[in-house]
Amino acid sequence: MKFVDEFREPEVITRTAEEIRRLADPERHYRIMEVCGGHTHAIYRFGLKDLLPSNIELIHGPGCPVCVLPMGRIDDGLAIAQRPDVIFAAFGDMMRVPGTQGSPLEHKARGVDVRIVYSPSDALKLARVNPDKHVMFFAIGFETTAPSTALTLVRAKAEGVHNFSVFCNHVTIIPAIRAILDSPDMRIDAFIGPGHVSTVIGCRPYEWIAKDENKPVAVSGFEPLDILQSIVMVLRQLRAYQAKIENQYKRVVPWEGNSAALKAMAAVFELRPYFEWRGLGFISQSALRIKDSYAEWDSERRFDVPGVRVTDPKAAQCGEVLKGVLKPQQCKLFGKECTPEHPVGALMVSSEGSCAAYFNYEHRKTAMVTSIASVA
Amino acid sequence: MCLAIPGQIVEIFCEGSDQRKTALIDVVGVRRKVDLGLLQDDMPTPGEWVLIHVGFAMSKISEEDAVDQMRTLRALGEAESAMQEVQGYGLENADSKRVS
Amino acid sequence: MAHGAGGKASRRLVEGLFAPLLLASTSEPLGDAAHLDFNGTRMAITTDSFVVKPLSFPGGSIGELAVNGTVNDLAVSGAKAEAMVVTYVIEAGLPTPVLEAEVRAMGNAARNAGVKIAGGDTKVVEHGKADSMYITSTGIGRPLRGVTLDPRSARPGDKILLSGPIGDHGITILLARGELDLEADLSSDTRSLLPLVEALVKAAGPGVRWMRDPTRGGVATSLNELARDCRLGITIIEEQLPVRDAVRGACELLGLDPLHIANEGQFLAVVAPEYADAALNALNLSSGGEQARVIGEVRQQPAASVLVTTLYGGSRIVDMLVGDPLPRIC
Repeated sequence: MKFVDEFREPEVITRTAEEIRRLADPERHYRIMEVCGGHTHAIYRFGLKDLLPSNIELIHGPGCPVCVLPMGRIDDGLAIAQRPDVIFAAFGDMMRVPGTQGSPLEHKARGVDVRIVYSPSDALKLARVNPDKHVMFFAIGFETTAPSTALTLVRAKAEGVHNFSVFCNHVTIIPAIRAILDSPDMRIDAFIGPGHVSTVIGCRPYEWIAKDENKPVAVSGFEPLDILQSIVMVLRQLRAYQAKIENQYKRVVPWEGNSAALKAMAAVFELRPYFEWRGLGFISQSALRIKDSYAEWDSERRFDVPGVRVTDPKAAQCGEVLKGVLKPQQCKLFGKECTPEHPVGALMVSSEGSCAAYFNYEHRKTAMVTSIASVA
Repeated sequence: MCLAIPGQIVEIFCEGSDQRKTALIDVVGVRRKVDLGLLQDDMPTPGEWVLIHVGFAMSKISEEDAVDQMRTLRALGEAESAMQEVQGYGLENADSKRVS
Repeated sequence: MAHGAGGKASRRLVEGLFAPLLLASTSEPLGDAAHLDFNGTRMAITTDSFVVKPLSFPGGSIGELAVNGTVNDLAVSGAKAEAMVVTYVIEAGLPTPVLEAEVRAMGNAARNAGVKIAGGDTKVVEHGKADSMYITSTGIGRPLRGVTLDPRSARPGDKILLSGPIGDHGITILLARGELDLEADLSSDTRSLLPLVEALVKAAGPGVRWMRDPTRGGVATSLNELARDCRLGITIIEEQLPVRDAVRGACELLGLDPLHIANEGQFLAVVAPEYADAALNALNLSSGGEQARVIGEVRQQPAASVLVTTLYGGSRIVDMLVGDPLPRIC
């Protein structure tokens, strides 16, 4: 696969890992946060932690839109879905996320019309071919995904498709990063920036992290070499007492972002004054809602939603894990009451949530890492 | 929010009453139509590569930048072996510690 | 629903409910078929039900799956299928040509596999039940000579062989459902594995410890079952896994792992190291086994787990899924 395989070349990966070892000061303990859940997933999938010296700690950040979605929002969406004339359409990521009455898949087993879609435009297509039903697209995601939802709403309005609406849970990344840096129990030395969010917002929105907080940022791609090169970049900055924003993912990320995408978002969305992030609490100006000009396509205005707040069980330490204060295995419920099969907190539900990723990919590795001798 | 894959544009279409552009893309033999609406200001052409996320093209992929990146990374080891040669002459004794 | 997907939930349902209540002994590991002894005459028996949507897809249909699936369960238990009985549960209103097509497909598959269809039963249920049609097939067969299979006989150093590319069937079905709007030149790999199994047993019988066909739940599930049954560690080298480009592309696009995707025409075998070369050779030289590979080996650690390693020294644990693999965008 072009633009994928090159960045997984074993020899170059080995060399880059060696460079990281060379750059890491053995007297120092580095805490580098990867913001985006996709990076968390890639780190585990490619076993990248095995390549890093023990004094580099990767902290998993809150960039997992499924993980930060409050249970009450799922309940609201599923309450609408239970109407006989409604089709609930969402990405596969949402299907196993539990609401208080069960997950979308569990609702489907009970007869609710729940469909997996790959694209919001597929949800719109469902509306076109099912004129006697109402298709509600349960939208999640950061700025990577919001423009696609926005364009789909533009199309729905332009074509006059009235049996379609969006239940909007889009959130924005910068307030989440601010919440991390504002947290008193946090110490992060540098950031691996979210590469795909940045294809939309560009690199400028991170400049305050370097200027005001004095932390290096490398906006990173998702292949092993991308992530490793980003670590090289921030290590070099740290050694030189520098703090700036670097675009590691140049082949894809434009420094100024994607103007058409930003325009589409501005046409359809506005910022909510505040929004609750599961595990992080209420954050102002951190989420998107649909503008008045698109009110007719806003599920929250088309339908009555219960709007009940569901608090997480106190024992679940999702917030601390989300902020990187605790490691997944340090949460009291990890691996016992809370597993991917019966998740208590959201970090265990989404496969890119740090708890699920750790559980699925890591925690049974014992004294394995020493020699990976050739097998066949 | 992050799963986006490079795909090559096979063909471009104009669809719907608003004449929006879509493209048939190919990812090692898997094909899908994607919406080009987010690249309106910089339309790609058949043969070019784009990054695909939830059925929309997000960005064009620059082959030049990709090649450049690989060149930089491959040179990493070479710079280091050059360093080791220099160190062998005793001209530089910092950075000779290895963290293993 | 997760209980039917072949992964953890399925296993718990079988082990937690069915096995204790129904089986004479639960101390033996559960296999693909049961080998029984009737006063000196040995016979293998297995049963399987087939539920697939759509009924027909590139490379096959439910009728074919019903034959090959049962033949394969017997084959990987070390037996040659001789005869089958089948039941059809048909949804009222199913068009006759559709039913006929499946029955023909079944007949053809049985002839190709050398299996006699000895009888069967049909039932019709209300419209809305049975998703068009469900088929159950029960097969009996003769145990093959020269091979004794038991996952507990696996030892550190044993090699893991895979007969060919993975993920074809599951991705074909996913695409055939049409919900994701993806197209690819892919077809199901459904086929009888008996010829390959016979070739393997002939060349390396005494060294073959265990075999399984990784259907729903994929290679990950089968290897995890092995790991748990033998309490040893299974290590797979990622680069050695044969995966077609289109399967890879679809998995990358949808965020799926080929190790979790269903196969209907491949099998895994654990072979003692001194027999591994002969085993692989026999497969590679057989028709349909050209892409067989050694994909890993059995080790002491990590106990009861499956580890995937990369050529550059990274590794990750691969577990059984809870339910079906779902596409993701994050």
